[in-house]
Amino acid sequence: MSVLEVRNLSKRFGSLIAVRDISLTVERGELRAVIGPNGAGKTTFFNLVSGFFAPSAGSILFDGRDITGLPAHRRVALGMTRTFQITEIFPELTVFENVRVAAEAAAGYRLRVWLNRAEAAELHRRVEATLALTALSAKADRLVGELAHGDQRAAEIAMALALRPHLLLLDEPTAGMGDQETYEVTQLIRRLHKDAKLTIVLIEHDMRVVFHLADRITVLDQGGFLAEGTPQEIAASEAVQTAYLGQAA
Amino acid sequence: MTAERQKHLAVLVAIWGALVFAPYWMPLFGGYTALGSRVLVLGLGAMAVNFLLGFTGVLSFGHAAWFGLGAYACGLTLKFVASSTPLGLVAGTLVGGVAGGLLGALLVRRRGIYFAMVTIAFGQVFYYIAFQWLSVTGGDDGLRGFARQPLDFKLFRIDLLHNDVYFYYFVLVCFALAVGIMAFILRSPFGRTMIAIRENERRARFLGIQIELHIWIAFTLSCFFMAFAGALYALVNNFADPRMLHYSLSGDFIIMAVMGGMRTFWGPLLGAIVFVVLQDYLSSVTVNWMSFIGILIVLIVLFFPRGVLGLLRQRRTA
Repeated sequence: MSVLEVRNLSKRFGSLIAVRDISLTVERGELRAVIGPNGAGKTTFFNLVSGFFAPSAGSILFDGRDITGLPAHRRVALGMTRTFQITEIFPELTVFENVRVAAEAAAGYRLRVWLNRAEAAELHRRVEATLALTALSAKADRLVGELAHGDQRAAEIAMALALRPHLLLLDEPTAGMGDQETYEVTQLIRRLHKDAKLTIVLIEHDMRVVFHLADRITVLDQGGFLAEGTPQEIAASEAVQTAYLGQAA
Repeated sequence: MTAERQKHLAVLVAIWGALVFAPYWMPLFGGYTALGSRVLVLGLGAMAVNFLLGFTGVLSFGHAAWFGLGAYACGLTLKFVASSTPLGLVAGTLVGGVAGGLLGALLVRRRGIYFAMVTIAFGQVFYYIAFQWLSVTGGDDGLRGFARQPLDFKLFRIDLLHNDVYFYYFVLVCFALAVGIMAFILRSPFGRTMIAIRENERRARFLGIQIELHIWIAFTLSCFFMAFAGALYALVNNFADPRMLHYSLSGDFIIMAVMGGMRTFWGPLLGAIVFVVLQDYLSSVTVNWMSFIGILIVLIVLFFPRGVLGLLRQRRTA
């Protein structure tokens, strides 16, 4: 069954059409990359899917359920989480505290003022497990604001994971990173996909990352759909090469 | 970890020790017990403002309204309903807190400067009501004709009105109760969610947190603490007047929180001590006492933007 199904999605800002009539279907366990030149509408597309703002037309189905009109926090509760192009974290809290906030939110403890011993222990265990998965255990007590960029990104992904999603949306997870950091984050995403069997949609500029990770690739251009296929098909596509490199002379 | 915990415990023992023995050591420095009661009550108000400002990241510039409502409700209860100090406190807390909660529901979608402006506007509404409604509030002359009543425990009575030391300890018990609840909330999952909203609202929203609901609850709790402090303030003075509702008092509370350190739990109390003691001392020397406090604020904001306690904490971790 498909996890995410987007039908004829459009978003207009005044006279600008940022996203035009995009449809795509992501199957369970798939890792889908969304690529395209600058201004292709990738981030707008993500913002529509995650509920950051409402589409002008079209619909979004999550696990077969229409979520087009749902606010962001309800989509999170259904199991869809995202990270941002510019890392969004709680800078003055430690790595552990960042992830704990997410784990408490997922467990529905947000409004509680008291946890019993079993609940607190279970929460602690879940946070530690998430930190271990994202290779952050050794940095648990550091303030996130003080970490290197790659570790901050890992912490953001850890928070998303602590929500126990079954669809993870990653907006340019390796943006602004050096080779070593890019490699580590790529390996992390690979583990989440292969070992944790997460369904992942990611926007990415770094083509090495895309071709290394993706099962299928969707290409957007100027707000519209351009192509979709396996990495091999996309690499061979003339339309995609034209969009990226301009018309061959 | 244990060394840090020991240090934390030592700080707590020092704070509570200083507060418990205040009536005995304050006179050595020219203080007097009633001043101690005022510091505690205004400090509680500053901590209530900071509950919202420092731990949820929301700046209310009209919190004096809930303080003043608590004071008037407490005074009116003592004057017209029943001569019972605890009943006055309960009535003041409920009236101010419920009013704050109701109006808070209207403003949780505003942020930053807009939130601050709307809170000023609401606060000023109450100020003008108190100013104009002569028959009930006494208008500009203030509400008089009530006094704190003795606590009656059947076997014995505690005279709060004539014995300043007894009254100080009564205020201290009330202060400890409120501050204890505040600390308990801040250490809970709910409190941690408040801090998450302060740190990064967008991130918090995409963790599935309903930001508006949380801010509203935090605002309402803060209003209850504020109204409780206001009710106590009516007892401190045996008097309530419209200036307790005015936005300049809201500003004073914010100054106390910022001076002491708004990211710290105890900072606002320290700010209140500095503010109230300076005010008490300087106002007997010059009518322009506020300009000295102004200079002090400028210096603190320029050189220790995290407040006095924030600076101390930074030194420790550095």
